[in-house]
Amino acid sequence: MNLTLDVWRQRHAGDQGRIVRYQAGGISPDMSFLEMLDVVNEGLILGGDEPIAFDHDCREGICGMCGFMINGIAHGPERATTVCQLHMRHFRDGDSLTIEPWRAGAFPVVRDLIVDRSAFDRIIAAGGFISASTGSAPEANNIAVPKQDADSAMDAAACIGCGACVAACPNASAMLFTAAKVVHLGVLPQGQPERKGRVKAMVETMDGLGFGHCTNIGECAAVCPKEIGMDTIAFLNRDLARSAVLTGNGRA
Amino acid sequence: MSTLLETKTGSDLDGKTPTGPIEERWDRHRFELKLVNPANRRRYRVIMVGSGLAGASAAASLGELGYHVDCFCYQDSPRRAHSIAAQGGINAAKNYRNDGDSIYRLFYDTVKGGDFRAREANVYRLAQISVEIIDQCVAQGVPFAREYGGLLDTRSFGGAQVSRTFYARGQTGQQLLLGAYQAMERQIGLGTVAMYPRHEMLELIVADGRARGIVTRDMVTGEIEAHMGDAVVLATGGYGNVFYLSTNAKGCNTTAIWRAHRKGAFFANPCFTQIHPTCIPVTGDHQSKLTLMSESLRNDGRVWVPKKMGDSRPPEQIPEAERDYFLERKYPSFGNLVPRDVASRAAKEACDQGRGVGPGGRGVYLDFAEAIARLGAGAIKERYGNLFDMYERITAENPYEAPMRIYPAVHYTMGGLWVDYDLMSTVPGLFVTGEANFSDHGANRLGASALMQGLADGYFILPYTLADYLAQVGPQPTDGNLAGVTEAMAEVGARVERLLAIDGDRTADSFHRELGQIMWDHCGMARNEAGLRKALDRIPELRDEFWRNLKVSGTNEELNPALEKAGRVADFLELAELTCIDALHRGESSGGHFREESQTPEGEARRDDEHFSYVAGWEFTGVLSEPVLHKEPLAFEYVHPSQRSYK
Amino acid sequence: MREDRAVTAATRSPPASGPAAPVLLPGTSVARKQLVAITGVVGVLYVLVHMLGNLHAFQGPRQLNHYGEYLRTIGEPLLPRSMLLWIARIVLLTAVTIHIGLTAQLALRSRAARPVRYVHPGVVQASYASRTMRWGGLALLGFIVFHLMDLSWGVHPHFVRGDVYHNAVTGFRRWPVTAVYLAAMAALGLHLYHGTWSVFQTLGVNRPRWDRAIHRGALTLALIVGLGFSTVPVAVLVHLVK
Repeated sequence: MNLTLDVWRQRHAGDQGRIVRYQAGGISPDMSFLEMLDVVNEGLILGGDEPIAFDHDCREGICGMCGFMINGIAHGPERATTVCQLHMRHFRDGDSLTIEPWRAGAFPVVRDLIVDRSAFDRIIAAGGFISASTGSAPEANNIAVPKQDADSAMDAAACIGCGACVAACPNASAMLFTAAKVVHLGVLPQGQPERKGRVKAMVETMDGLGFGHCTNIGECAAVCPKEIGMDTIAFLNRDLARSAVLTGNGRA
Repeated sequence: MSTLLETKTGSDLDGKTPTGPIEERWDRHRFELKLVNPANRRRYRVIMVGSGLAGASAAASLGELGYHVDCFCYQDSPRRAHSIAAQGGINAAKNYRNDGDSIYRLFYDTVKGGDFRAREANVYRLAQISVEIIDQCVAQGVPFAREYGGLLDTRSFGGAQVSRTFYARGQTGQQLLLGAYQAMERQIGLGTVAMYPRHEMLELIVADGRARGIVTRDMVTGEIEAHMGDAVVLATGGYGNVFYLSTNAKGCNTTAIWRAHRKGAFFANPCFTQIHPTCIPVTGDHQSKLTLMSESLRNDGRVWVPKKMGDSRPPEQIPEAERDYFLERKYPSFGNLVPRDVASRAAKEACDQGRGVGPGGRGVYLDFAEAIARLGAGAIKERYGNLFDMYERITAENPYEAPMRIYPAVHYTMGGLWVDYDLMSTVPGLFVTGEANFSDHGANRLGASALMQGLADGYFILPYTLADYLAQVGPQPTDGNLAGVTEAMAEVGARVERLLAIDGDRTADSFHRELGQIMWDHCGMARNEAGLRKALDRIPELRDEFWRNLKVSGTNEELNPALEKAGRVADFLELAELTCIDALHRGESSGGHFREESQTPEGEARRDDEHFSYVAGWEFTGVLSEPVLHKEPLAFEYVHPSQRSYK
Repeated sequence: MREDRAVTAATRSPPASGPAAPVLLPGTSVARKQLVAITGVVGVLYVLVHMLGNLHAFQGPRQLNHYGEYLRTIGEPLLPRSMLLWIARIVLLTAVTIHIGLTAQLALRSRAARPVRYVHPGVVQASYASRTMRWGGLALLGFIVFHLMDLSWGVHPHFVRGDVYHNAVTGFRRWPVTAVYLAAMAALGLHLYHGTWSVFQTLGVNRPRWDRAIHRGALTLALIVGLGFSTVPVAVLVHLVK
């Protein structure tokens, strides 16, 4: 396969940045998208150019490090698939692809397709945890968790923190990411004591970091590689409303 | 390191394992360890390299205790560490199933599974702590699988005859890591832990014979920085990427432990590498990594190849009578659930006989047809749905209809930096945890034990043993004016300069691929003296070429993936040689290390306890000089060494 | 190292977030969205009542003008004439002001949240309605001003104060006016469709098992209101109502 790639190149955060065109030749349909970029990069390095910088690590869709826009769609055209698991057989010979980094003020570009997602870590640090210091835990089976709740928690906890939700959102909102953690911890009995404070602290931090707000458009859920749904956002909204209305402990 | 004829041997190593009844050793030892006064803890600074299960759990726990921790990782966030990719589960001797499990049984299975090359006391402690790990993780909100009554579900895994594996769908590693990560983020919010993402450790700082800090490169700006502390912990994972193709993340590397090795930390059993039997086969030269399919698939899938050599019919056209279910045939009592090393070797053997399937004949079938007929496609989807989806995404084949094709791939390294019972290396003040150390798995790791070890080290061992060390040395000045700091920084700077200055015409990746091929061919699933010697000839040549003909574009003062990669490959090129030396010297077959010269008449691995019942700790003496072997003799007081049999 | 670090650090509350943008009303973006939702509900109830009232036109001039007069006299003699109408107007005006003000503020925020736009924009599934809430809303605001000028404040060329029926019929006879009304009703329908579902989502009432029903309900409401309003001008134009 031969492809034309229009790739965003930007040397560092302060650089202007521009789209640069590359031809990718001899691409096998069995390659992953990142393996295709590896081939392009080998050529660039040998030519004395700098390789296209992109974040990646596990290449099996779980670490959440990779991700960029392919023709305006976060992680490309396949549903529930990160770019490392996206294979070239989903493209056609001669395709023209525009590759851009996630765009959000809270995710400044570091270089080329790499953005700084440390804002996500700060949202977690603000309350995305259960305070259970090492050693203080009770016997595990003292806490019974209905299977249904454990399953809901797991559905939300599957979030890999890749940032596609922010990238796809017309408002660059981090609601889906934040909500996924609020749901994961909020449906478990262990998460109840801090439930009220958690949602407030996380949303306030999210706002403070410059993410946009949610307008219920649903692009986030549509591109989420782990298929986390809009219902998590409704859950967050509910918890936040209750935390404003109700007083007392975290049981909302 | 020239081709080895005879191993230079130094003094024996002392693991400092406590004595007495094995059940009481850890308790008694904990009492003997010194404590740090709570009010004094904030005066200590701990350097934590790596943020996976072992690193994040330790950073969080030490932060909770009141120490100051500086934690480093090369990824953009600590949540990316490769522990996240572990699928299957985590073992714990809870005996919730009433199926006869106990701490002693987990201990026994792990020592036996490790083919009698692990320290008994360490393994017993691991089995004891396994119980607390589950409690801790549940309290953090790890969404383990539950039964309808709300209690924790467990499954049998990796050939264990008891159901002691706790799991969170096929994403157990992810959930455990997020638990540890969240605990650490809590400490970051509270100011006890400072996180340095996109920082790669490139050198260890040793001053007055103690590990006192590290030199890092800021991967965004290229700045070379020294970070000082009272102790250094390496939790940087394994070195499986020395084979180029492995199930490890692309960024996994040996640099941290290799640099520490060069500064005096002995490297133990580097040849003990685990080849995992159920991975998706290689499709072509472009392949950048291999994807593991959880071992749990072997609970319901049946492994087979055609009986006939070169049978190219599609699988559904091969009648039952012409299929060879070779694991069931060779190991009737364990069948498809034999340990990883045994299953991998059997697959290789079938492919070597020309009976492999798929492109290049490097694959065997893992067939779910019988399980689907017995349990229904729904039940199989419930159990393995995400794995089947992943398989289909990568191969474009539907495993509900056609059998999967699998082939072994490098997955885990049991070897690592040598540590004593307190997890301290041969450099005082340098602790090594998780996969980066060699300690608990002997020559072969059992399924669902890596997560257990990483978290045991981080949550429940290091906080005690590190305190003991800190209490003994007292708080140290951390002003960076120590002897050794400037030199270490200068060394790092010079090395980076050197990599950039070569300006040859091969990329680091091409050297890495070639190195990986040498290792896979000669130091892979089966090893022999001739092959290892060939590898030991080729590796120094390749290393020479690397330093003459490497091409790195760009500069140091920017984010430069080509430069990062080159530095890692340079270290792999040194480690590879040590791995082959270790494999050559260990003339027995044990666990993941199969020496063709040491097998039974039926072709099974033959261990040689008379000559090799020891941990091989290698001392670095220079790139061009032979390493010195220090043995730590292994004594088995509780589990009597026997030849493993899964027949 | 920070000297104030307590050993029992675990009991401290999470750190405060960064400085928030100046706000019209205090609260998180979510709380503000919830106010937009609540004020939206006021608007929905209003348009529903308004639309039903309009249908009196089909009963002829007497009935419609009588209804117009009735609205002024509700509550008499307990309340002064037009009192309730004014209360409704004030509530409505307040709701609309908050609705638009907060939305404008959030829209500016959203603009700031993506300072660099995509070279190649793309949409996966977003409905036309959801993507046009802001511009559609702005168009509706323009329409409301026109509509008030046209039929309430009497900028209309044949305006007769108090004769609602006459004003409507003479107004809608001019096809450009009817076209504007119909376009506005399409915009209103779109706004209501996404807005109504959004109310449930934003207030956290939505549940996965209700989601489809809420979507259908929102669509039904949008169609009823949009078509309901459209019947009168269309009827005038085709001389069903004269």
